[in-house]
Amino acid sequence: MSIMYILIGCSLFLAICFLGAFIWSVKSGQLDDEYTPSVRILFDDIEVKSDNTNEKNKSKKLT
Amino acid sequence: MRENITQTKFTCFHCGDECTSHPILLNDYTFCCVGCKNVYEILSQNNLCDYYNLESNPGINLKNPASKTKFNYLDDEQVQKKLIDFDDEHIQKISFFIPTMHCSSCIWLLENLYKLDVGVNNSRVNFLKKTVSISYKKEITSIRKIVELLTAIGYEPAINLNDIEKQVQKSENRKLSYQIGVAGFCFGNIMLLSFPEYFGLDEFTQAKFSKLFGYLNMVLSIPVILFSAQDYFKLAIKGLRKKHISIDTPLALGILVLFVRSAYEVISQTGIGFFDTHAGLVFFLLIGKWFQQKTFDTLSFERDYKSYFPVSVAVINNGIETTVPVTNLKVGNRIIIRNGELIPADAILLNGEAKIDFSFVTGESIPITKVLGEIIYAGGRQTEQTIELEVFKNVSQSYLTQLWNSEHFAKQNESKIKTFQQTVSKYFTVALLVIAIGSAAWWLMFNPSLALNAFTAVLIIACPCALALSSPFALGTAMRILGRNKFYIKSPEVVEQIAKINTIVFDKTGTITQPSSSQIVYVGENLSEEEKHLIVSLTRNSVHPLSKKIISYFPNVKGESVSQFKEYTGKGLEGKLNGKTIQIGSYHFLFPFVEPMKVNTLNEELATRVYIKIDNNLIGYFQFQHAYRKGLSELIQSLKKHYSLYLLSGDNDAEKDKIMHIFGKETQLCFNQSPIKKLEFIERLQDQHKKVMMIGDGLNDAGALKASDLGISVTENTSHFSPASDVIMDASVFENTLQFINFSKDTTKVIRMSFLISLSYNIVGLSFAVQGNLSPLIAAILMPLSSVSVIVFTTVATILFAKKGGLK
Repeated sequence: MSIMYILIGCSLFLAICFLGAFIWSVKSGQLDDEYTPSVRILFDDIEVKSDNTNEKNKSKKLT
Repeated sequence: MRENITQTKFTCFHCGDECTSHPILLNDYTFCCVGCKNVYEILSQNNLCDYYNLESNPGINLKNPASKTKFNYLDDEQVQKKLIDFDDEHIQKISFFIPTMHCSSCIWLLENLYKLDVGVNNSRVNFLKKTVSISYKKEITSIRKIVELLTAIGYEPAINLNDIEKQVQKSENRKLSYQIGVAGFCFGNIMLLSFPEYFGLDEFTQAKFSKLFGYLNMVLSIPVILFSAQDYFKLAIKGLRKKHISIDTPLALGILVLFVRSAYEVISQTGIGFFDTHAGLVFFLLIGKWFQQKTFDTLSFERDYKSYFPVSVAVINNGIETTVPVTNLKVGNRIIIRNGELIPADAILLNGEAKIDFSFVTGESIPITKVLGEIIYAGGRQTEQTIELEVFKNVSQSYLTQLWNSEHFAKQNESKIKTFQQTVSKYFTVALLVIAIGSAAWWLMFNPSLALNAFTAVLIIACPCALALSSPFALGTAMRILGRNKFYIKSPEVVEQIAKINTIVFDKTGTITQPSSSQIVYVGENLSEEEKHLIVSLTRNSVHPLSKKIISYFPNVKGESVSQFKEYTGKGLEGKLNGKTIQIGSYHFLFPFVEPMKVNTLNEELATRVYIKIDNNLIGYFQFQHAYRKGLSELIQSLKKHYSLYLLSGDNDAEKDKIMHIFGKETQLCFNQSPIKKLEFIERLQDQHKKVMMIGDGLNDAGALKASDLGISVTENTSHFSPASDVIMDASVFENTLQFINFSKDTTKVIRMSFLISLSYNIVGLSFAVQGNLSPLIAAILMPLSSVSVIVFTTVATILFAKKGGLK
């Protein structure tokens, strides 16, 4: 049963790592704004496709 | 009647507005104005046209460009120092509030600001708060350049007096997040280490591990009591110093006793303690606090005139124009106010034609024309041309702003109505201490060894965790539901305040009337067909909004062209037809040599009138009245049954009969009320021990809103202006006011019911505790069970009541 000491040590160490990660995420402001990142993440994709969408837009304008 | 000039309608590629008859063309796109076209050009030169792909027509209309010198004051070092968040040798950081931000294209463009200005390192948008934080190299660019760039692309930052005077405030939210994180971490681990004790191990392993687990639990509990729970101790001590018992007193006592008794048990090897209950209790309490603390980021409930007044103003001295901070403005200074700028102090008009929009102050949005030599009160916004004025009162002493010198604005806003929790926790704490001491005394007589055990057990089990949770969850849920229905409350406690109201005071203009749509009434001699014909013939030459209204008043009359037509901007019209001269316009325009009618207050002149003179005879005038909000009379009828109603208006009593018709004879209607008078009126009602709700909209109601037990400001657009208040209500839901009040009452019922539930848990627990045989297992089951069931009950019940009340 001495293995328990090691196991408990491991589990505590792991949990402390998660706590550290949580504190880091709060500190770096990840919880301050819960909306904007969800929009921001989509931007890169659009830049790649920009040519196609431009065409689409052109058909919409002046007729 | 009016001919249709445009056959096909073009929309502006940039802002999506409908273009006028001659849209501006560029690269096959149509634009409604030069401003919009310019933005497109800036963006296309910098390969930023993706802006238009993210959303269609995302731009902000730029028909009213800002003047070039507007941001001169940003070069002032004192001003800069106060705006900058962070400053070192090379890099500065600054945040701006950008009210026009509205879609994902906006985020994209604002975060690509570095492509437009090489000095910008990066920019981050917080969309919900509508702010952008920019870091930039100060050798290459400056605040002023950045602000001018933002303005040029349609994102003018709102910089006002408040930004300059405010103290930096660090958000408390982060600390709460850390506390929850730590408490959650410790709670989870302590639970894990406590399981063996509950399920029981064989004797050999039990002996081996329970000592270790006990000490580990104690170590894990230390951060919970020292860090996560510290606010409860602080609040309890603060309350005791003021000789005032709040819910925090029994909570702090419970937490402390839990820890001390558990630590004693572990160290003395008499048990494993209640560390799991201790950590769980703190964790749940913090979750409740977090749930209650979440408010509406985008709304500001603490605005006063400083949030609207500009930082600086252009002052002319011996023909030289300088920019002076508004706070340094002195009596006698000559100031220049351009289109769209706010007049910061009471001043006399010296030059130019003033058309002042007082919508911030009164809720009235039709601009008022002022002539030379007239006094213009602070808070008005000049439209159209540039004017020159002489200041005759300091900024803080003007007609409007002196309101903020009143004592109501000096004291901190403490809620004036006691919440249910505050009332109950006093009795609760006393009862708790009586039972604890009583049971201790009982055991001292019969079995002294159990006395301390029973005493601490009572304090532990009766710790009002469920009680402390019921209010945050019921009120927090109610707040979210009300928010979804466009009724935004400042903090959850406001729900309970709404429920206790028995008197409602309404403001008139902008609150029960709609600022954007006005009705027109003719007063004077009966008009003959010929006269009607003359009026329409003259007014159809003008594009002034009032002229258009007059034409729409005579739908069946067709005009013809008049000779010698003249339009005097801001004054009136003149023309000849069939040998008759007709003049339509302001009183001053028609009777320039007569002393203008004596006007005492700002509001008296707000009744917009247009006079008609045919061949030098005054025929009558048109009065523009506001249309009442949809569902007003139904709302008033149903409110009247339960509340005493009052109406306070800054206007004259021209519409008295009409209002009387809606409100009924028993309602007291007061007209010509100045901002100070409104405040005093509320105080008088409160002296009669009435719980007053004030519903208003403009800065002139700010005093009344502040003084009342509950201030509601009605606004057409929540991202625009609203004075400091407890509630911001979107004007579109005005007719549902009664539903909101009833729902608030239902919510307080839910709190009372959940209090009964938590009390019954306490009684069960106490029956164990007073006998002195509270086992850690019972505590470990009872505490989470009561907490979770109370949370579930309050949340579900509140949602059900909302459904019943017809709320979304």
